This record gives sequence, structure tokens and C-alpha cells, in this order.
Amino acid sequence: MNLSHEDVQEILRILDETTYDELTLETDRFTLNLKRKGGGWTQETKLGGKRKEEGGSVASINNTKALDEPTPTEDGLLDIRAPMVGTFYRSPKPGSDPYVAIDSEVKKDSVIGIIEVMKLMNSIPAGVSGEVVEILAEDAEFVEKGQLLMRVRPSP
Amino acid sequence: MKNINRLLIANRGEIAVRIIRTCKQLGIETVLIASEADLDALPARLADEVVNIGPPPSQKSYLDIDAVIQAARQSEVDAIHPGYGFLSENADFANACEQDNIVFIGPTIAQLHAIGDKLQARENAVTASLPVIPGGSVSEIDAAASLAQEIGYPVLIKAVSGGGGKGMKVVTNPDDLLQAITLAQAEAENAFNDDRVYLECFVESGRHIEVQILGDGDNIIHLGTRDCSIQRRYQKLVEEAPAPLLSDELRDAIEQAAVNFGKHLAYRGAGTVEFLVDVTRGSFYFLEMNARIQVEHPVTETITGLDLIAQQIRLAEGKPLGLNQDDVSFHGHAIECRLNAEDCSNDFLPCPGTVTQAIFPAGSGIRIDTHIESNSNVPPFYDSLLGKLIVWGNDRQEAIKHMQSAIARCHIEGVATNILLQRAILNESAFVEGGVDTGFLPSHLAAGDWDLEAKNG
Repeated sequence: MNLSHEDVQEILRILDETTYDELTLETDRFTLNLKRKGGGWTQETKLGGKRKEEGGSVASINNTKALDEPTPTEDGLLDIRAPMVGTFYRSPKPGSDPYVAIDSEVKKDSVIGIIEVMKLMNSIPAGVSGEVVEILAEDAEFVEKGQLLMRVRPSP
Repeated sequence: MKNINRLLIANRGEIAVRIIRTCKQLGIETVLIASEADLDALPARLADEVVNIGPPPSQKSYLDIDAVIQAARQSEVDAIHPGYGFLSENADFANACEQDNIVFIGPTIAQLHAIGDKLQARENAVTASLPVIPGGSVSEIDAAASLAQEIGYPVLIKAVSGGGGKGMKVVTNPDDLLQAITLAQAEAENAFNDDRVYLECFVESGRHIEVQILGDGDNIIHLGTRDCSIQRRYQKLVEEAPAPLLSDELRDAIEQAAVNFGKHLAYRGAGTVEFLVDVTRGSFYFLEMNARIQVEHPVTETITGLDLIAQQIRLAEGKPLGLNQDDVSFHGHAIECRLNAEDCSNDFLPCPGTVTQAIFPAGSGIRIDTHIESNSNVPPFYDSLLGKLIVWGNDRQEAIKHMQSAIARCHIEGVATNILLQRAILNESAFVEGGVDTGFLPSHLAAGDWDLEAKNG
């Protein structure tokens, strides 16, 4: 919206002297809706027009709970998938050793990496036990929820 | 120093919108850097020009010093306003600006160093005769006993290389001191391979009180206190100005301490000196100083009528402070509630996504600082702040009433928000009475006192 806070206050002062309960202004540059509600005014402005096509909305994530119990795929390997969208890190801090590497033994609660979402660091448990045989997500890669991070050969 | 006619904003979100607003009033042209995730956001639509600074992750965009300097060079700006967070207190960045003859809107490089390192900041505070949390290292038990006696019980024993509560013991009774130190040393040895422990005054009930200062390197003034005690994991949720329920003596002493610290540093710019007020002992201690504009600056602006961004720009231009302490007057009371995209019923998990509808309260005495409109996108790469709701009242009770009514008219759809939590805080009797300590929010959350589950999904 290209209207300033002062513009809105000015419009409200004018509206206050009327009996109108709602005003919508629509121009090429902005849409403003003002409503009288419960003893006061509300304002709503809209982002419209030139939104980028590919900007795309990011699905909202609502839980960090582990995905369903994994079942082995055809080649007998177990998948470790990202439980949330965010930036995947393989080590606790830049320059330090990764949590796991190829051939590492992991247990269900072993931390295999971190996913950073909105500045919050979430440690990612393996969720399965066995030996890491493939690492598919790179350090500092942006991952989608459910994206395959690693594959594990289950312990006998 | 030079006049600033064209300014690069090295930030995003609500603070980018806030800086653009003041620049428009001052007739300064704005160039905004925006990551690929922010190219279509509100700040990018408000700025005169936009530079694509890189991919969404902060390290590759807003934190990339070379890229930001390159953007400033290309767009031929006079100055860079770093906002808060990101590069705002980064001495290397300020240095890179200086190398390129670009004004960094903030304090001097030496001041960034003096404040940025916590130990150095504490030493500076001691030199400036500010009270710091009393304490000292412990090696001999006799010395420890007399130190504890001097500080006064309860005392806290901490591991020197500590963290996460390991090696930490509260001692209330002098008879327990020896055993507690031995235990703490053992725990510290075990956890950190370093058995050195440290003894300090234990603040059972502390309030987070800070003082806004302005300085031109010579003249230093304060703009009063803010109370930011409503916190969860060091994240502030509600802030107010002035800090309520402080005795005049304590308030004066805290404000004066902040000014003294600024004078000691010959501070230039806007800064905030943070203190911990020990409610039980009635004393206060220096915590740290922030050398940037702060998220909660609007409450100070609201009660002083000053524009802190405009002040920052003026001071960075090398102009003297345009006002003396006597010119600063305080009117009424202001409260700010931070609106975050987070799910309070699910361990405060951040909730990126699309805000399908954003309805904010409007009217006199209400200010909204936000970059969110209906249809705005909240990218997963940055913090979860959606905006700030600021209200003014003749006194604190009136301000609370206005805030309760304003927040009831606030309606955000598409992402989870902390609006229900804010409403619960505003209705809690201890908050309404005023002067709660930093334990207020965590203890209510732990007790599950509030229903934070959003109805109908």
C-alpha cells in the first residue's frame, strides 16, 4: 500500500463524522478497506497486481512430529525424509564434523542433521536404525517437507 | 561527513517499511536490497528502487557483505541503514562501508567492537562505574565464603565454561556453600572438562529494563525507559514505555547509568543500554548494550514524539544532536505487542505461508508497523515477526484497555499467529497490575494457564 499511516488517520477522521460503517478504496496502486467493528476501526490492505507468478506460496507447516514409521523400499533400504521445510545442515556448526557420514551407524534417536526454519534450529532424528549408505541432501540445501535426506540399510 | 540524499536499506520486513517511511518524509531516495524471496513483498513495492541481492537464505543475501557493498556501489547511495539483526552490529560490515566511503548508519567501528564483545562490554561498564552483576571466580573455599557473604545470599554457582544449566547451583544457606561448590566443580569437570566455577549474585526475580539513548559523540541524552520483561527464551513479546512501577530514585539511577555508559564510549547514534532490575534487592545491573535501532523503538517514539530513524540518519551525517535532555518530554504510556507467525499451541513452531487475510485495528492512538497485507507471503527463511501493534494511552490503564480492544479487532488468516497468547497476557491480572518479572511468561506457559488453541482451526 502506498498510503501512509497519516493518510489512513486522515480518512478515519473524516469517516468518524459520518454514519458510514465501511469504506473501500480501490485504485491501481492499492486497495484499502476500513470497517467499523466493536467500538473501533479496522483496516485491511491488499497486495495485488504484479505478484510474481513463480513466487509461489510456501505451504504452512504445523508440526515437527516424525513422519509415519518408514518401511523398507524395494532395495531393502530405509528412507530418512525431512519432517519440515527449511535449510538442512549436516553439522552442528559451520566447519565442524557432520553428524553422520556414509557408513555411520545410526539409531532411531540419533541426530542426523539440523533443519533451520525461520531462525529456529530443529535437530532431525534418524527415526530408523542402521547404517547410512546414501546422503542425498547437501549441507545448507533448502529442503521441502518430505524430501529424501538419507538412506539407511537396516541393522540385521 | 556528508548529507544523505540516497540511502540503501540492508534489511527486510517491517523495519524496511519503517525506514522507507521516514526517508519519504525527509525526501531521501531509497534503494532496497531484496532476496529472491522478498522481491514481491511490500517493502519492495514501497522503495524507489530494488536490487536483487541473491538467493533466499540470509547467508547468501542479507548477510553477504560483499554483495551488499556491491549493491550500494552500483546504486550510488550515500549511506546504508542496516535496520536490526543481519549486519546491523557487524564491525566488518561497518568497516567495509567506510572503505567504500559509504556512511554506515550506526555507531563508530570502535564502538561496535567495544559493545559487541560481552566481556569487553562488561569491562567498559565497570570502568564507567555502572553496576554489573556482582561475582567472581572461586578457587579457595574460604575466599568463596567471604565473597558470598559480601554479595549476600542467595548466590549462584556457575561453571566458567558452562551452559545448559550444567554445573549451576543456587545456594541460599551459607552452610551449603562448600558442598554446592564441590558438586558444581565435579559436574563442570564432567561436562566441560574444566572444573573452574564462578560465583555470582542470584537474581530470583528480575525485570528487563532498558534505556534508549542518543549521542553525537559529545552530547548524550536518554529517552527514558522501556520494560521488556515479557519474554520467552529471550524473545520479547510485549514492551512498554515508560517502565511501570519503578521508584523515582531507581528510574533516575538507571537512566543516568545509561547516559554515563554512552558518555564513557563517546557514543554516536541511537543505542539501547539493557539492565536487569533485581526486584527483591531493589538494585539494578548492566546487562549489555545494543548499538542499533531496536524492534521495540516505537513505544519510545510514541511517548516522546521523536522519530528515532530520522535521529539516526541525522547523527550518521555527523550533525550534532538537535536537542538537549531538557527538550525531551514524556507523554502518557505506550505498549507494543509483537505479532508473530508461530503456533503457540505447538511449542511455538514458526508458521511460514501465505497470509490470506490481514485485518489490523485502526484509529487514533493506534500504530501498526508491518510489512504484511492480505495475500502477503511469509517466507520460511527469516524470522517470524509479522508486525507490531502499538497503542498509546494517557496512562498505563488506558493503554492496556486500548490494546485489549485493538488486538480484539486484529484478525490474521492463513498462518498461525500468537494473537491468542497476546490476548491472554493482556488479560492476566499480574500484567494489568504491572511490573511483572521475566519469569511471568514462562511460568504461565509451563502451568498451562491459558487456552492457546485456535478455535475452528
